[in-house]
Amino acid sequence: MDASQVIFILSAALILVSALLVVTVRNLIHAALWLIATLFGVAILYVLLEAGFLAVVQVVVYIGAIAIMFIFAVMLTRRDLLDKVPQTNENWPVALGVSALALVGIAFIVRGFVFSLDRIAAPLPENSLQMLGDALISPAAYVLPFEVASVLLLAAMIGAVYVAMNKK
Amino acid sequence: MIPLSWYLYLSAMLFAIGLYGVLARKNAIAILLGVELMLNAVNINLVAFWRYGDLAQMAGQVFAIIVFAVAASEVAVGLSLVISVYRRRNTVVANELDLMKW
Repeated sequence: MDASQVIFILSAALILVSALLVVTVRNLIHAALWLIATLFGVAILYVLLEAGFLAVVQVVVYIGAIAIMFIFAVMLTRRDLLDKVPQTNENWPVALGVSALALVGIAFIVRGFVFSLDRIAAPLPENSLQMLGDALISPAAYVLPFEVASVLLLAAMIGAVYVAMNKK
Repeated sequence: MIPLSWYLYLSAMLFAIGLYGVLARKNAIAILLGVELMLNAVNINLVAFWRYGDLAQMAGQVFAIIVFAVAASEVAVGLSLVISVYRRRNTVVANELDLMKW
């Protein structure tokens, strides 16, 4: 077992434990804080996968913007009595069964996968970051989805401002 | 080195946890937290397949970036809806939002 495997197991444990706390903990502020721990674990996985740009974007966009937005929303809609009652609806055993079924199904598919599962990653080319940038702006590759994503972000921003606006 | 299957099993587990959160939680914000967990599981898969597949193809990373953008817009619109609903009906419990129920 080499160092990268140890790091993988530690960050996987961080991800799974904090994700379980996100969906079970009663206080929503704590759930949002545990979500930050999960996102940080995923950023460590991106570093292990040698996708440095995505690791930075994960920390800046996910932790810096999305998680903070969750914390703001929780604080804006907080009601004390909501922390006392059960946080799950009456169908939670069904939900547990459905998600366990999904886990078993995905694991079954992964086991019977055509891709070789013991495959080891090939060494990364020197200019992989430059290749990513080229792929994002080259008309032969992904410039259209990239621009559509920017339009989507603008539409979402206008929509969010309009929906949350106090009209009185 | 880490085999590909480790990433796939981890992301399957993270996806299942997020699915449980979406289905079982009462609070609308907590449901969105579960959606975020599921999107992260998908992203781990995309980047792992990029790393272990053909490295000349950047599709995995590009798709992960687009998932980031979609997640950000989803959270912005979702949370503003929650805040708007809270302002009008004074609740964030998904069960009580039954205005459109026949």
